[in-house]
Amino acid sequence: MPRIVSITLQNTDDARPIIEAITADNADCTVHSYPGIVKIDRDDSLTVRRSSVEQRIGRDWDPQELHLSMVSMAGNLDEDDDYFNLSWS
Amino acid sequence: MNAPAKLGLKQRYSLLTHGLDWKPSYQPMDKIYPYAEFEGIKIHDWSKWEDPFRLTMDTYWKFQAEKERKLYAVLDSFSQNNGQMGLSDPKYVNAIKLFLTGITPAEYQAHRGFAHVGRQLPGVGPRVAAQMQSLDELRHAQTQIHTLSHYNKFFDGFHEFTHQHDRVWYLSVPKSFFDDARTSGPFEYFIAIGFAFEYVLTNLLFVPFMSGAAYNGDLATVTFGFSAQSDESRHMTLGIEVIKFLLEQDPGNLPIVQKWVDKWFWRGHRVLGLVAMMMDYMLPKKIMSWREAWEIYFTEAGGSLFQDLARYGLKVPKYADVATAEADHISHQNWLTFYQACHAAGFHTWLPTDEEMGWLSEKYPTTFDKYYRPRIELFREMEKDGKRFYNNALPQLCSVCQIPMVYTEKDDPGTISFRSSEYKGDKYHTCSDGCKDIFDNEPEKYSQAWLPVHQIFQGNCGGATIEEVLKWYKLNLGADNLDQAGSPDQKMWDEWMAARSRVAG
Amino acid sequence: MSVVAIDKNYADKVVIRDRVENFHGNQVVYVHWEDHLMFHAAMAFPLPPAMPFGALVQEVLPTYYGMHPDFAQIDWSAVRWTVDGAQFTPALDKSLKDNGVGHKSLIRFWTPGLDGYKHSRS
Repeated sequence: MPRIVSITLQNTDDARPIIEAITADNADCTVHSYPGIVKIDRDDSLTVRRSSVEQRIGRDWDPQELHLSMVSMAGNLDEDDDYFNLSWS
Repeated sequence: MNAPAKLGLKQRYSLLTHGLDWKPSYQPMDKIYPYAEFEGIKIHDWSKWEDPFRLTMDTYWKFQAEKERKLYAVLDSFSQNNGQMGLSDPKYVNAIKLFLTGITPAEYQAHRGFAHVGRQLPGVGPRVAAQMQSLDELRHAQTQIHTLSHYNKFFDGFHEFTHQHDRVWYLSVPKSFFDDARTSGPFEYFIAIGFAFEYVLTNLLFVPFMSGAAYNGDLATVTFGFSAQSDESRHMTLGIEVIKFLLEQDPGNLPIVQKWVDKWFWRGHRVLGLVAMMMDYMLPKKIMSWREAWEIYFTEAGGSLFQDLARYGLKVPKYADVATAEADHISHQNWLTFYQACHAAGFHTWLPTDEEMGWLSEKYPTTFDKYYRPRIELFREMEKDGKRFYNNALPQLCSVCQIPMVYTEKDDPGTISFRSSEYKGDKYHTCSDGCKDIFDNEPEKYSQAWLPVHQIFQGNCGGATIEEVLKWYKLNLGADNLDQAGSPDQKMWDEWMAARSRVAG
Repeated sequence: MSVVAIDKNYADKVVIRDRVENFHGNQVVYVHWEDHLMFHAAMAFPLPPAMPFGALVQEVLPTYYGMHPDFAQIDWSAVRWTVDGAQFTPALDKSLKDNGVGHKSLIRFWTPGLDGYKHSRS
């Protein structure tokens, strides 16, 4: 039975390209909008890719910049220089 | 010439944290880490700890500094633009008086608690994570103080929060919660705060206050809230790693951890009763009811979590069913306590309007009209007669949670749930089976409680009269306390609004 | 010793703040009028153990409970009392102590027929 992983980001200019990258790269996401925040749910796993965000913002981007926009997350975290991945094993 | 290859994130992190640890060669482990064994927790292999986040100190400083720059820019703007005039209603400010005096000192306590754990655990991974959380908590204390200092320029009740933390009767509730956690061993602290508070219960604290701020025009608090939440997501992943690590290390850890989960779920639930009343009674524009929040963040989310942890043998916290039943009652019970006791509190209270009572009726269909509407109607009658009710007696306090014993039996909401225990020839009263169990498990600890009501009777709180005690609390009488109606806060607000409509023409 | 402590002698070092000796000749007494939750919790009072029970009934209770519409209608001869969970009939001329009310005792009383404002138990 799939378990939902989730990432919640502030609804700001900084986070907008990240949200776009996530929904483009991860099929079958559900995006919930609440006051000031966006919550993205997906079954089993979700990945934020550095290249995908960089394409959208036109500069180098460090996945750890997510810390500036993150409100909450659910799932086990695996992170490296090129990605930030949440999943349930 | 080729540029030298950079180390990957995982390698960098490992070298700068685990790589800087060492095996002691001339001092025994138990001298360096004297608190590591006495709780009975067994760790066989610290290297099995999975780092919840891989932030090296340089990236930590970089990102935290960026968050600070953004936060203070918003606070400056709020201040310059007199943002406090955009609040939905001056009653709202009382919610954040409660937050600053009740929660902010607890952030500082958390800072100290994680600093201790960050030194005392033999494993380098959890030490690093705890040290970062310690810095986060200090940051939260500081940013909350800055955020709320703007309100202190205009509104009463903010001016002595550090002094009051150690003295005022209702503030002993969050204080004793953290005193209990910090005087426990490092593993219990980690489960109490890292897991029970920061994972299981955290959303029940933050979402209501921050959403409440958003709905009521408090941009300053919203901004602080979002800024802190990005730190909180790290705390949550630390909390879940702590419990998994302990349960995976040795089957003998399970009964110890279960006891701690039961205890700290219950203590956390009691403290969150203050948030319940804030949500249901103190927000002019309401987000959702406490009952709804409990359903989403505990029953559903918590249910899912404990299902996952069941594979280790961990059970849903004891008395979770009682807490869930209480979700229909505690906000009303707590508010009506402060209603009658706010002559001795640092914030104002009031009775709900007819419209608000309609909302409460709808949100609490099985309890509000039966038990609490009549009580409010009686208080209204007394206000009409010019005899607004202030209870001049001091209440019986629970020896564990230190809240006035206002909670009622699960199957009989008209009867207070009195519980008591004997220890060394004295009686000790508790408000519930949850608190009684906590007392009975460690009577040596709770028999030492500094209970505000008893301390007043012993003459340790400035004098025998209520007035002397309130002065000892450094409450400004006639300003910080009593009903919202007639308060200096309300008068000032009415003048602002009158001036504004004059200007608008 | 059931508390888990790093000091094996912790239990001997515990300082209990609420021993009766610390209350300057008084003892702490809790009183609760059942079915009248307008009064949010049992009330706590520092009282001399030698105080007659009658003084509690005739002076203390009216001062703190008198503003409730039910109070004036109490039939004191019909009131049911417990102290520390045990039923008793107070002897008004005897002391609290002689009535079984000790330090941190809880007195609960029920007033049959009077169960709060509009019978709501408030």
